[in-house]
Amino acid sequence: MIRSPHLPAVLLAAVALGTADPAAAQAHPHHHQPPPPPAADHAGMDPSRMDHSSMDHSSMDHSGMDHALMDHASMDPAAMDHAEMDHGTAPPQAPREPIPAVTAADRAAAFPVIDHSAMQHASPVNHLLRVERLEHGTGHAGTHQAWEVNGWLGTDVDRLWLRSEGERDDGRTGAADLELLYGRSVSPWWDVLVGIRQDLQPGGHRRWAALGLQGLAPYKFETSATLYLGSNGQVMAKGEVEYDVLLTNRLILQPRVEATLALRDERQRDIGDGLNTVEAGVRLRYEVTRRFAPYVGVSHERLFGDTADQADHRRRDTRWVAGVRLWF
Amino acid sequence: MHSRLPPSPGGIALPSRRRFVQGLAGGGVIAGLAATGLAAPAFAHARPRAVGPQVLRSPHLQLDIGESAVNFTGRTRPAITVNGSLPAPILRWREGQTVDIHVRNTLAAHPTSIHWHGLLLPANMDGVPGLSFNGIAPGQAYHYRFDLKQSGTYWYHSHSMFQEQAGLYGALIIDPLQPPPYHHDREHVVLLSDWTDLDPGALFRRMKKLAEHDNYYKRTLPDFLRDVRAQGWSAALADRGMWGRMRMTPTDISDINAHTYTYLMNGTAPAGNWTGLFRPGEKVLLRFINGAAMTYFDVRIPGLKMTVVAADGQYIHPVSIDMFRIAPAETFDVLVEPSGQDAYAIFCQDMGRTGFAAGTLAVRQGLQPALPAPDPRPLLTHADMAHDMSGHDMGAHGTGAHGTSAHGSHGEHGEGQDGHGGHARPDAAAAPVAHPPSERRNPLVDMQSSATDARLDDPGIGLRDTGRQVLTYGAMHSLFDDPDGRDPGREITLHLTGNMEKFAWSFDGIPFASAEPLRLKYGERLRMVLVNDTMMQHPIHLHGVWSDIEDAQGAFQLRKHTVDMPPGTRRSYRVRADALGRWAFHCHLLYHMEAGMMREVRIEE
Repeated sequence: MIRSPHLPAVLLAAVALGTADPAAAQAHPHHHQPPPPPAADHAGMDPSRMDHSSMDHSSMDHSGMDHALMDHASMDPAAMDHAEMDHGTAPPQAPREPIPAVTAADRAAAFPVIDHSAMQHASPVNHLLRVERLEHGTGHAGTHQAWEVNGWLGTDVDRLWLRSEGERDDGRTGAADLELLYGRSVSPWWDVLVGIRQDLQPGGHRRWAALGLQGLAPYKFETSATLYLGSNGQVMAKGEVEYDVLLTNRLILQPRVEATLALRDERQRDIGDGLNTVEAGVRLRYEVTRRFAPYVGVSHERLFGDTADQADHRRRDTRWVAGVRLWF
Repeated sequence: MHSRLPPSPGGIALPSRRRFVQGLAGGGVIAGLAATGLAAPAFAHARPRAVGPQVLRSPHLQLDIGESAVNFTGRTRPAITVNGSLPAPILRWREGQTVDIHVRNTLAAHPTSIHWHGLLLPANMDGVPGLSFNGIAPGQAYHYRFDLKQSGTYWYHSHSMFQEQAGLYGALIIDPLQPPPYHHDREHVVLLSDWTDLDPGALFRRMKKLAEHDNYYKRTLPDFLRDVRAQGWSAALADRGMWGRMRMTPTDISDINAHTYTYLMNGTAPAGNWTGLFRPGEKVLLRFINGAAMTYFDVRIPGLKMTVVAADGQYIHPVSIDMFRIAPAETFDVLVEPSGQDAYAIFCQDMGRTGFAAGTLAVRQGLQPALPAPDPRPLLTHADMAHDMSGHDMGAHGTGAHGTSAHGSHGEHGEGQDGHGGHARPDAAAAPVAHPPSERRNPLVDMQSSATDARLDDPGIGLRDTGRQVLTYGAMHSLFDDPDGRDPGREITLHLTGNMEKFAWSFDGIPFASAEPLRLKYGERLRMVLVNDTMMQHPIHLHGVWSDIEDAQGAFQLRKHTVDMPPGTRRSYRVRADALGRWAFHCHLLYHMEAGMMREVRIEE
């Protein structure tokens, strides 16, 4: 097992250095000092048992070398720094253990005729469906139910997104929408989404084009912002930010803010121009498992400007909510 | 009997989790019950669990891969086994033999394969479907036949999908022709692994949905307030701010931990207490093999010094230590001399300190020494990840500090395959890290490091201030000189990259599915340089040829088949391309490989 550098190899190395580009040769650092003595026990080694007798230097065949072909004219001996050369330990240019010659059988074994698609892989397409909020609330304005669902289907970078939000007040659906979007990761944290939104509330089914950005902002704020262009020229925007405050690793307090804006006044739909609604809430969930987390919380909704004037209910409402967060 | 459960960290261990971590005392393959309805081979169930798998010594074997029912946690689950055994039988051969193994697939629906990890053999015997052969279809067999050109402790496992996680792994020992350079009186194989009751494919899909599933150790608001009291507001806020800007968490030590896994020693859960016997005063050789899919183990035997005499099957100068970290796919041969006590615990914590595998060295069966308390859970620091934190924004798509600071050195040395590597370690310590262009603006790369140091002498996360002597790569030196001796003719640099949240892993930001093979010239000697840009640790395995790790001066130091890459390290090793064919090159964390951290290495004439 114990080897020492073979003399022939060193000789070959020296010859090779002579033939090589001098610039390369002199730049050649010789880092092959003996390795630092390991914190080791060499007691078991017996140098006298090393057998170098099998080295046969006489069998070296130098007859193939043609020194006349060497072009030393371009060498500038003055520029060579031989001080760094350590001819005793120069690395050999031929391997100590010779590289085996390749036979036809080796080639056949190395590159068998096989089905290159035989390697199976997990599907690159995955999916996730999250019910972020499914809750019941009571406030001064009566009872209130709300849901927020989102999910994706796709690869690491390209995904089809489904998003839906809705709410019911006193048993009547106040607002509900469904969005289908194509999303592409533009950075490790951010996806750009384009797609359509279909409103499903009783007041009228309206279709929107949607353009959005969603992801994880620095400091781990879950963030989503979407611009909607309505079929009748209306423009709306919605933004949402959530943050997880870990009381323990299972008991998590989540502040959440959502705001909507509109460009134009639409009386028949209870939409005023400018800031329409801001909903700020805080929910305390307990992750029984990652997939199932019941929560309680409080949510405050405020309507602004014309929206509030047009709405037939209160300008502000504070609700206690209880619900569940799920994912599949 | 002593309680085997150490004090629970932070009161996490609920009764159900207790059995999860501990497993069942009698857990293992269920006798005579094959989940497929196929009869389990008769010899599979005659053995008491704590003894470990059967040893097969013939070089002419038939191995049957099939499905067996197992129960490690109280639930009966299907496993993939060899001859009805989990782990697979210990194969014990002799250097110089030619082995003939007929591997038969008795699975109902899935193709299978066996890869002989660390063995030098022709490419068509290497067992990687799509690279070496077609795999073994259900009902069919493959005839492996190759010469044993080496000796030492190795292992074998499936290279098909997630079958390794489902139980298809076993020890492979090749006795040397020459006597080993140490004396021992008896020996035991200690094969560590991780078991999950989940279908491994479903576990992979879970990682894709919510990669942080098992991280129940994130820092909380009370932790923050405690840090404020200890360090003051500004320090505590600055620390949370840095992690917040990265959008990462310092408790992300392993992707999957004991919330999912039950850790096994020789196929036995801690409650089953695998026991290896000794007589006082004997020198006992322990052949440690990490056959886990995703788990690093930190191993110690309280009361015993360990002398490491081989790494990845190859002799090293003996190193005396108290503890070692073993990466998935690594093997270490360790000598111990137990005397003065009747029983010693072999305590193998996972790197994140969420659970453990455990067994006993004892003078007779039935002894159970108390287990030590687990070590404190480590926290990653920015220094761990080689982040220069001097006011830079971390992270996103290579536009941060590291991407830009590297530009100066980009052109000359180039990335990937063309760097000239003839000379040892080009100014590694001084130059800023250049990142490959494919990492820039790449959504699959969530982080880059400025790692310039191999950190061979660093015991690693959680092992630095234990007061114990811990094995490092720097302490291990092959017992032989560089068998090749040439300087590398060129250098290939690859960055280990990933996106934690998407659970996407790759080299240079390019996952396996869209990567070109790395082409090597038959006979050449080259240097592989790996830079870990992630905050996870990765054991990197190149099939077919050795990975000869270089020391800080760039000289040959340690011959291995699997090179561990802690976060924030840049390590280099020499490769002698003396095996023609198409070889797999990948992270040996099974789910990282499947998520893309893999390349084909093609050695051609």
